[in-house]
Amino acid sequence: MNASRIVHHRLFWPVVALVALILINTISRPTFLSITVKEGGLYGSLIDILRNSSQLMLVALGMTLVIATRGIDLSVGAVLAVAGAVSLTFIGGSSHPGDLGTVTIAVLLGLAVTLVLGAWNGFLVSVIKIQPIIATLLLMFAGRGIAMLITKGQITTINSPPYAQFASGHLLGLPVAFLVALAVTVLVAVVVRRSALGMLMEAVGVNPEASRLAGVQARGIIWIVYALSGLLAGMSGILYSSNIMAADANNAGLNIELDAILAVVIGGTSLAGGRFSIAGTVVGVLIIQTLTTSITFLGIPPAITPVFKAIVVIAICLTQSQRVRAAIGSRHRRTRQTPTAGGLGTESPIEAEKAATA
Amino acid sequence: MAGEVIAELRHISITFPGVKALDDVDLVLRAGEVHALMGENGAGKSTLIKALTGVYRIDEGSITVAGAERVFSSTADAQAAGIATVYQEVNLCANLTVGENIMLGREARGTFGINWRATHAAAAEAMARLGLTIDPRSQLSSHSLAVQQLVAIARATVLDSSVLVLDEPTSSLDRSEVQQLFAIVRRLRDAGTAVLFVTHFLEQVYEISDRITVLRNGRLVGEYRTAELPRWDLVSRMLGHELSQLEAIGARASEVGDAESGTPVLTAEGLYKKGSVGPSDLVLYPGEIVGLAGLLGSGRTELARLIYGADRADAGRTLVKDSPRRLTTPRAALGNRIAFSSEDRRSEGIIGDLSVRQNLVLAVQAKRGWARPLSRAQQDELVGRYVAAMGVHPADPEVPIKNLSGGNQQKVLLGRWLATDPELIILDEPTRGIDVGAKAEIQKAITDLAATGVAVLFISSELEEVVRVSHRIYVLRDRRVIAEVVNGEDTTVSDIVNLIAGDADRAETSAA
Amino acid sequence: MSAESPVQSAGFRGIQTGPVLRRVNAWLPVIATVAILLLMLLAGQLYFGDFVTPRLVSSLFDNNPYLIVLAVGMTFVILTGGIDLSVGSVIAFSGLLGAQLFAAGLPAVVVLPLMVLSGTLIGAVIGIMVAVFDIQPFIASLAGMFLARGLAYVTSLKSLPIKNDGLNWLLGTSWGGGQWYTTPGVVLALLLVALAFWVLHYTRFGRTVYAIGGNEQSARLMGLPVGRTKFLIYVISGTGAGIAGVLFASYTQSGNPLAGLGMELQAIAAVVIGGTILSGGSGYVLGSLAGVLVYGLIQIAITYMSVDSWWTYIVIGVLLLVFVVFQRALSARRRG
Repeated sequence: MNASRIVHHRLFWPVVALVALILINTISRPTFLSITVKEGGLYGSLIDILRNSSQLMLVALGMTLVIATRGIDLSVGAVLAVAGAVSLTFIGGSSHPGDLGTVTIAVLLGLAVTLVLGAWNGFLVSVIKIQPIIATLLLMFAGRGIAMLITKGQITTINSPPYAQFASGHLLGLPVAFLVALAVTVLVAVVVRRSALGMLMEAVGVNPEASRLAGVQARGIIWIVYALSGLLAGMSGILYSSNIMAADANNAGLNIELDAILAVVIGGTSLAGGRFSIAGTVVGVLIIQTLTTSITFLGIPPAITPVFKAIVVIAICLTQSQRVRAAIGSRHRRTRQTPTAGGLGTESPIEAEKAATA
Repeated sequence: MAGEVIAELRHISITFPGVKALDDVDLVLRAGEVHALMGENGAGKSTLIKALTGVYRIDEGSITVAGAERVFSSTADAQAAGIATVYQEVNLCANLTVGENIMLGREARGTFGINWRATHAAAAEAMARLGLTIDPRSQLSSHSLAVQQLVAIARATVLDSSVLVLDEPTSSLDRSEVQQLFAIVRRLRDAGTAVLFVTHFLEQVYEISDRITVLRNGRLVGEYRTAELPRWDLVSRMLGHELSQLEAIGARASEVGDAESGTPVLTAEGLYKKGSVGPSDLVLYPGEIVGLAGLLGSGRTELARLIYGADRADAGRTLVKDSPRRLTTPRAALGNRIAFSSEDRRSEGIIGDLSVRQNLVLAVQAKRGWARPLSRAQQDELVGRYVAAMGVHPADPEVPIKNLSGGNQQKVLLGRWLATDPELIILDEPTRGIDVGAKAEIQKAITDLAATGVAVLFISSELEEVVRVSHRIYVLRDRRVIAEVVNGEDTTVSDIVNLIAGDADRAETSAA
Repeated sequence: MSAESPVQSAGFRGIQTGPVLRRVNAWLPVIATVAILLLMLLAGQLYFGDFVTPRLVSSLFDNNPYLIVLAVGMTFVILTGGIDLSVGSVIAFSGLLGAQLFAAGLPAVVVLPLMVLSGTLIGAVIGIMVAVFDIQPFIASLAGMFLARGLAYVTSLKSLPIKNDGLNWLLGTSWGGGQWYTTPGVVLALLLVALAFWVLHYTRFGRTVYAIGGNEQSARLMGLPVGRTKFLIYVISGTGAGIAGVLFASYTQSGNPLAGLGMELQAIAAVVIGGTILSGGSGYVLGSLAGVLVYGLIQIAITYMSVDSWWTYIVIGVLLLVFVVFQRALSARRRG
């Protein structure tokens, strides 16, 4: 009974995949697990994974919330680039680039701009009612232009030790980037779950019409979620630019929206909206990052990573596909309701949805 | 030729997970006849039509068309066998022209692909046969729904079909539009087509049909000649009572307290929405259970939705405790302490993936806004109170609500609305599709609720239930309130049936 | 009510426009795009004096033949309400595959069809996921995008030069005299536009594409082959991407694993600017051609004005916004 509950937990298979990846690495090169202490900081492959996953983590966190409301945010990569551009341009233009105050203002400025960009997306989706995929496509396009406008097309490089701390610093032996991502994730998880935001988001995502009849105001909730997604992408952009100490409007966050969506889906949040799992997204991000790291670690050219990602996407899609589930057996049949006339959209005649007609 | 059997469905059964939607049902369609298919919600009408048109596969039984047994695995199969369908929601493509919609999939082709001149000519000819003279090159979306329905019929005639299925084609048409549709149906009938006509409007059944098949709860009640089946008998067969039984059931309503005294909780004046509810007046007093009786499509649900603001009224006004209020959104209605439980539990009631607890507190939480969450203790208090009061089973509030039975889902939803502390609660079919025990519990909960001073607007297609619990009953027919009945000792279900059926000679009751 | 009384549409709702006007209405977004194109040309002429020259018009086509081909395939996909993110990556895969095959000494008659076929295959994979397994086009084509980009890297980790006369001929040959010129590649792209127009408007397959985009459930109930058509449009888009890969390889004389990065977005932008609605059912392949020309003209104008190139992104973004909001307003009005 207990064992079966563990197996049926939504995170069981993702965690198994993560452990398997770590095992494969360890077996092929036992040094994978080793952690060394140098100059007050911890180093090693596992620590690298934690540090390198922080950017994706922040973006995927926002994406989780957006997807829960039946939306999607394609603009995060471009927004990420804007944040780096704003912050570094400010630092680069100031007379004291190494000053803590300058860095603080720069970071706040970068985040403020991305919050506005996120709110813009939210405005298009919730007020103008443009499909999320299209609404955020606009900024995906224009965002990089805006970033280049800010950096005047240059790759702005700076020299600011406090700013560099975000990516390369250590605190209590752990990478600062990891701690930032961890703190923000915990904070968002607590705010979303402690307030009623999480529940109302899920309600809107699962059944918008029933939510409307229950008096839920979807507009405000959707607006908040996109603004938050923009802000989190901005934080990720600060980490990215701190890592290379340069604002690269062309390449910063390239395709990160796709990785983020992938992480969310691996973590068990359905693209159709509804129940979301921040813990699942964390596992999803770690899987993607461990996969990327192990490919390098195992001596496979890192450029081939997309092939593995393609396999993961296809495998997940097939497990979520109604048709495959129906073939596997009735035990996994989903009883998700659709507001349209039962089952017309699919060819298979035997589906739970049709019970709605009875 | 007329009277010859064209399509024959025998012993049809279709089972969906957990539900037997059709159980051993027969349907026989004859050339040159209009055959009406009647039944209330859940009777299995739409399932039967989908079996005939190839949308669903049948589990048992046989379908014979023109003497040959057929197995339909797609709509294309059914069309090839000569069965054409016009659905309630126009199932055409609004982005294409009228001519294209008529000819889609069978366009005239020449050496260089589709010959549009010939295609549009063929479309125009098909329309001309029905007396339709509109430009086949005009965009479908530029025409009214009524014309779109006629275009759909024109498409069906191009198929050279021997059977034409009309699934509630008149539900969004006005009277003159219905007459135009009927003129066309008569032409087709006279040309030898077997027409299967599904509607909720009794007048239309008696105007156009030659034969009636009645279904109830997935089973066949019987096939009758329209001329030999009085309205009263039709309604009672649809609702599932025999004559003698109906006469016996009297009013069971508890004594009306101080109803109709003091300020009404809600007054609706001339609420109107085009194509859905005619101008209607309604008064609801505290502590009173008011029933809305009428067949499906009579406007009972539509009226309730207008009161709650789920749909927006075109005209009319609403007063809450004698002061005018604009209830244009559910949120506004909830703010005025009005709650509404939809008839469509699955798509407008439960949030399937969320737990019983979350479903129960949803409306209260939505009212407070996301930033002021109910504490866990407050939630537990609400959940404890309503799960116990309603007798929800299983009592574990952390189970996803989709795993509960229909009756228990309904109890949780009732709890959701009661938790908002309403002064008026609108219950649309709260007992549909749930077992007898749960039904009795919910009826009792409603009576208890009214005793505490809450006004209840109660909608049910089971008249027996309406008569049993209501103090007062508004009767609707053809999207209009046609009578108000004060439910006394001598009021019986058959009085209400008379009003619904519009049988003048039998209506000798307290119609207002 | 006499059964013989003719039923007319007039009187049921609103004003009746004449047949000509109604058809103009459907073409309105395309006309708007062409108007924008002409206005830009006019403004350029007034601003620069010597802007609209045969040379400019020639280069407008010559700069982006591969984008024209991509936009053609994407039009099919978007018309059904789908999306294909894989086309940019397919360009890289197809180009590198060609480079390797040419390096192995195979002749162009063998290599070029194989390059095109590589795109067809990726499209078929996406098509199966969408049509058979009901996976959202966005995710299915995302998988196709990863797959194609990964396969490109598997084929070669770095850029490979291509020296082949057959491939070179496509964009290297200049036809015409003086300032009016064109290349076989451009002619091929325009022929594909014409072919696509014919398929979309003069075959049952093409009309099914529009029907699915208008209302997929209706299309199914009308007995149209919805599944087969959805599969085929991804095959078409993939094949188009394969052809674009050939043109791009001819243009750059090489295969590059980074080729076509973000080009799927350019194709989507061109289609939307060309007046096709992203939710499907409405649009014209000729509009997409106009969309590509607007895109190319913005690029040229920005070079002419010697403003920085990133303005291209911003201008395109704003144009997209205008079109999307315009379409949203149109659809809201139709429903209301």
